[in-house]
Amino acid sequence: MHQLVEALLVSVLVVNFFVLGTSRLNAVIHASAVEGVLLGATLLCLRRDWEALALASGVIVIKGVVIPALLRGAMREVAIRREVEPFVGFTTSLLLGALATGLALLFAGTLPLAPAQAGTLFVPTALATVLTGFLVLTTRRKAISQAVGYLVLENGVFLMGLTLARALPLVVELGVLLDLLMGVLVIGIIINHINRELSSVEMDTAKLSSLQD
Amino acid sequence: MLLALLMVPLGAALLALALPTDRLRAALLPVGGAVQLGLVLLALRLPETVSLGGWLALDGLGRLILLVVSVLFFFSAIYTPRYLAQHAAHSNRVFVAGMFAFLAMMTLVSEAHHLGLMWVAIEATTLTSAPLIYFEKSPRSLEATWKYLVLCSVGIAIALLGTFFLAYSALQVGLSPSLALSDLLRDAPHLSRPWLHTAFVLLIVGYGTKMGLAPMHAWLPDAHSEAPSPVSALLSGALLNCAFLAILRFFQICGAAHDAGFARHLMILLGLVSIAVAAVFMIRQRDYKRMLAYSSIEHMGILVLGVGIGGAAVFGALLHVINNGLTKGVLFLSAGNIHLAYGTKEARGVTGALRRIPISAALFLIGFLAITGAPPFGPFLSEFTIVRAAFARGRYAVVTAFLVLSFVILVGMGATVLSMVHGSPPGEDSANEIRPVREPASTVWPIVGLASLVLLLGVFVPGPLANLLHHAASLVEVSR
Repeated sequence: MHQLVEALLVSVLVVNFFVLGTSRLNAVIHASAVEGVLLGATLLCLRRDWEALALASGVIVIKGVVIPALLRGAMREVAIRREVEPFVGFTTSLLLGALATGLALLFAGTLPLAPAQAGTLFVPTALATVLTGFLVLTTRRKAISQAVGYLVLENGVFLMGLTLARALPLVVELGVLLDLLMGVLVIGIIINHINRELSSVEMDTAKLSSLQD
Repeated sequence: MLLALLMVPLGAALLALALPTDRLRAALLPVGGAVQLGLVLLALRLPETVSLGGWLALDGLGRLILLVVSVLFFFSAIYTPRYLAQHAAHSNRVFVAGMFAFLAMMTLVSEAHHLGLMWVAIEATTLTSAPLIYFEKSPRSLEATWKYLVLCSVGIAIALLGTFFLAYSALQVGLSPSLALSDLLRDAPHLSRPWLHTAFVLLIVGYGTKMGLAPMHAWLPDAHSEAPSPVSALLSGALLNCAFLAILRFFQICGAAHDAGFARHLMILLGLVSIAVAAVFMIRQRDYKRMLAYSSIEHMGILVLGVGIGGAAVFGALLHVINNGLTKGVLFLSAGNIHLAYGTKEARGVTGALRRIPISAALFLIGFLAITGAPPFGPFLSEFTIVRAAFARGRYAVVTAFLVLSFVILVGMGATVLSMVHGSPPGEDSANEIRPVREPASTVWPIVGLASLVLLLGVFVPGPLANLLHHAASLVEVSR
């Protein structure tokens, strides 16, 4: 069981790198869906009660199916396929991602861990995923890429939450999921409006720059 | 009672979705605001109760924030129908429902005694207020809404990470992790220090983004200047205070862990940086609503600075929560009237406001005097309390920096405000008789009401309110 969890965590790290190095939006959205499913599976490996089951199915359905479908819908609507000219190139962002993962490993090494997490990849993976999300969010121009970055960041936070088995009551976890879903919903609507207002196929958040001091 | 406070605005939000016409929905706003304010005033008289197994409770801090939120909402709700009538081209269904849902979520923030629940509520305030900012559906408001959504969502995700770190600090030392405030306050002395410190940094960055502390404030000027004025007033006077409450909750835990020194340093630093950034951007600010937004950043800085200094400054900071909240209501609502009369947010385009819209301009001027700390208004009293406490605690460098920056802000803001209200309105000759524009009562009286409260609080703090403030301050400042 322990090895399975480690394998899942390593897969999460691999998906992170895939998100960093890919320009096709469809693939990036897919990757975020896979990551959502991996999180649900990790949860099931750790806990086998009905609460965990309910939460894991919620996670898999919302992060693995509903949110990606929403994003794909938004993508079709605005008719863009690729992230072009990100603020930081794909190779550079891969390197930065590797650096962030290394830093996450180092930082998690300096924090004292509870016996259950000592020597596992849990905390470093969580931190690396948060940093990856942050990286994607800040270096991509397309609103949809940024939304995926936010999802990855949120996945990292969720992984950290998994270490806390009992601290988080089901209601709160579901509330977090619901907030995330509503957030993506609102983001999707805004993306559509950005598309309509700017009436450009590019739909570039870099064009959102009329508000300045 | 605690549930009723949530159910009333939520019910009103559903009702707003169901009502058939814009006119009915607009009329629902003041009614709902009044009912909620009445319930809050009633709840404040009742002893502290807990609900839902300790998840909801109304302690001194929560009461304080709830009071500010509902008073400000009430006055803004009276003001809003007139604004909506001016923008009748858009259906107000989503707007009115959003206003009530926003109120419900801010109420939940002030009642939440479980940090997970509080997080959910704060994230929900972002989602419910985003459609409010986007109401005018212009490209500029779209840009502001996008920045608001993305930056605040990311900030709040970081706060969630911090919340988990805090829970982990209990797990690491072998306690059973919990996010209930009462459990955390009880276990605080035993929590793992490295995790607690990391948690506080993440939390103050995360919730600080929502509160508008520099350098995480990038969304705030855009959202405040592009949102409809009553929404700007609520963002500035109510929402930012909710984020402040979240930071206070974690400060409480640091205090209970006898480890507040670290948090204090961080808060003083962020406070001063926020005031300094606000000062820089307020000088020669072209957009007067942006100027007010930077003023919000300044005053959020003052709040964390006050808590960071500690002692009597905590009392001052909590009093300042009320004073700043109400004064921001005066400023943003009167700025809304100026915007309506002149059709521009450029300060250059506005002159002679005292002649064209005498009442609103006078109120704007009063708001300016109050917010820059002129006696006899409320903010003077609270800022004075903070400064005196800072001297008493030997924070001379901090207090000098604060006073110098305040003076810079006074001059910068004063230059803009005075040029707006004095002189003669554009296109009108000063020699001719200038007829003031008629100002509808519903856009003037709410501001007069708020301004009188600000003045009242500067002259004397009523007994029950003083008790509430002392109680709240005792929660933040654990005596050692």
